[in-house]
Amino acid sequence: MDNQYYISSSPHIYTRESIAKIMFSVNLSLLPAAGYAVYLFGLRALWIMLLSIFTCVVTEAVIQRLRKKKVTVDDGSAILTGLLLAFNVSAQVPLLLPVIGSFFAIAVGKQVFGGLGFNPMNPALLGRAFLVASWPTHMTVFSGAPPRGGTVSGIDVITQATPLNVFKQSKDILAHAGDYPADKVTEAQQAIGQLYDSLDKLFMGQIGGCIGETSVLFLLIGAAFLLYKGYITWEIPVSYIGSVAVLAWVFGGSEGLFSGNILFHVLSGGLILGAFYMATDMVTSPITSKGQLIFGVGCGIITVLIRVIGGYPEGVSYSILLMNLMVPIIDRSTRPRVFGGAQKK
Amino acid sequence: MSIFRRGSFSGGIHPAESKGWTAKKPVQKLPVPPQVVIPIQQHIGAPAKPIVEKGATVRVGDLICEAGGFVSVPAHASISGTVSAIEERPHPSGLPVLSVVIDSDGADTWCSDLRFKDDYLSMDRSNMLKCVQAAGIVGMGGAAFPTHVKLSPPGDKPVDTIILNGAECEPYLTADHRLMVERPREIVLGLQIIAKILHAKYAAIGIENNKPDAVETLRKTISELGLPYKVIALRVKYPQGAEKQLINAMTGREVPSGGLPMDVGCVVQNVGTAVAVYEAIAYDRPLVERIVTVTGNGVKEPKNVLARIGSPYAYILEQCGGLTDDVGKIVMGGPMMGLAQSSLDIPVIKGTSGLLVLRKKESSRQEECVCISCGNCVTACPMKLIPKMVVALVKNGRLAGAEAYHMMDCIECGSCSFVCPAHINLLHYIRYGKSEVLRQRKKAG
Repeated sequence: MDNQYYISSSPHIYTRESIAKIMFSVNLSLLPAAGYAVYLFGLRALWIMLLSIFTCVVTEAVIQRLRKKKVTVDDGSAILTGLLLAFNVSAQVPLLLPVIGSFFAIAVGKQVFGGLGFNPMNPALLGRAFLVASWPTHMTVFSGAPPRGGTVSGIDVITQATPLNVFKQSKDILAHAGDYPADKVTEAQQAIGQLYDSLDKLFMGQIGGCIGETSVLFLLIGAAFLLYKGYITWEIPVSYIGSVAVLAWVFGGSEGLFSGNILFHVLSGGLILGAFYMATDMVTSPITSKGQLIFGVGCGIITVLIRVIGGYPEGVSYSILLMNLMVPIIDRSTRPRVFGGAQKK
Repeated sequence: MSIFRRGSFSGGIHPAESKGWTAKKPVQKLPVPPQVVIPIQQHIGAPAKPIVEKGATVRVGDLICEAGGFVSVPAHASISGTVSAIEERPHPSGLPVLSVVIDSDGADTWCSDLRFKDDYLSMDRSNMLKCVQAAGIVGMGGAAFPTHVKLSPPGDKPVDTIILNGAECEPYLTADHRLMVERPREIVLGLQIIAKILHAKYAAIGIENNKPDAVETLRKTISELGLPYKVIALRVKYPQGAEKQLINAMTGREVPSGGLPMDVGCVVQNVGTAVAVYEAIAYDRPLVERIVTVTGNGVKEPKNVLARIGSPYAYILEQCGGLTDDVGKIVMGGPMMGLAQSSLDIPVIKGTSGLLVLRKKESSRQEECVCISCGNCVTACPMKLIPKMVVALVKNGRLAGAEAYHMMDCIECGSCSFVCPAHINLLHYIRYGKSEVLRQRKKAG
């Protein structure tokens, strides 16, 4: 009779949160942006998202089965990787790309290290980096039908370049104005002016770009939900976007120092998606508040470095991947002073 | 002048309070149980030594076990009757402990007349301390550390501040709350005695502000008695009642790592202990009963009861309408730091602040997943540790590494385990790590 009660060490009550609840909430928060992407880019965007998710889930299940581990695809993390990967490719890529990218993300980005919780880098971003390296044209040029509502790119009507691409090309022309014919220079100046005048379109996502990165408005709606639920904290998005804003203002302009257009740099490219959804990935970001601030600023610096002097027009994904690798060092050097411990000198 | 403030401590959690079942229910004095089981170990320190024989007749308050040393307290008969056995019996700790079993004679006769001594305050300090030990008083909040030891700080640690702990931050428990509302006078007079013993300059009572009636009652009582004590209403946050966190919130002082409250000039006592001290000094009354909150989904009539020390759980639960059919777990104390109990034969001891009965579906933890480094445990830890790192190191057998991450500073409040979305019982691993370190230290001498 004495064995009829559960015996366990305290505490005896627990939170109602769970990993699955967190992962599915993040998936849910991405739905507004996903829906808007389908509206903007057509059904093809939907197929790409479903294909990525399907590939991620199947890859995870098969590998876990092969490793003789418990299959944990129901925790929602593979679905999230698939969705985020789809958000990181254009709606016009060949369908093979999201499949290969998803497989790479889960197999090499996650399961090789032991699965959820052990991956040093964000799997979706690693998948994207793999695709960019393997199919640079498909991953950086956005061709095909312009999205609904027109675009802001004024330089090329056939290939649908992203605003950051337009900006970078135009800026390069302006920087070496003497090497180009006068009409090219004027064109470049006009292009930049046009970009700066179309910030509302950037906000709404009526631009060339990846499936999920274009609509700032819908990404922010989802991010607000995650902040409210406490699944992401303010530190990384604020320090990341804040440092991009400051550095872009100082170095990101076309007319020398302190001429950068802050809103243009913040709203374009994958910054909002990256800062709220990918840099905040719990597994691959620092655990203390101070560490997260350092992480965010690091992402910001690398992003602007790549945008201003790097070879690519956009640097969000690489900056997050690089900072992911810094996390152990950041965590080790930002340990809080223990209660009652010696004051720091 | 006051050194007290309405501060807070860093970290902490907000579990559901679950106090509504019993918060408004006056303490009900239970009838004398037919039998009590009084273990020789009800406190931290050396066990007491039985001094009665089987078959002896005892009255309420008779000494049945003498203190086993300075860090020890005696035990007294809590009912009148006959000693029917002195043998090992089930104990809240999980291991059987030598206990004195008394069968009631139904008369409930006291050994003394418990006369009020109106000159009790003129007693000198060392006699007061002797009196506190002789009454068998231990910390009533749950830790059960002998009170006279806490009240005898060594000369090189001057204590200027006494804090009475009425935070009662554990969910479900309302024993201290009811005590503060129903017996404020004894609490304040007890505080007066403790302040006198310690020569403390400052004295205050800290209460979480979810008990406004207790705050108001005690303030009123203090002003009626014309005493200079403060009542501080603290933010509701677990573990507000943990000694180090309470001192930090109320005075801003920080007990150094590995240190004791007296290192920052403070002594903390539970409000229930203050009442016991008052009764010991003013009436010469030993500690033979205490308030227990009997609560939870698994008990039919949750209430606060005044129970004799040694009353078996079965008797107490029977007085509370009995149990539901699907009881899964019985916890002595609160849900955050209490001990799971294996049997209803176990008795109430001096540190039993509550009996929490959980149903089956509330009783088991979900399966442990992998850590996703969410950092919730870091945010929750009131000692500012990195619990997930400590646990990772303990799991890999790297105890020195865990120590470098301040594992030994853990106060075992359970906040990290509570918040973990991966359902990892971090505290379980940390406890294991701590005990291994202590074992190795002992072995090394």
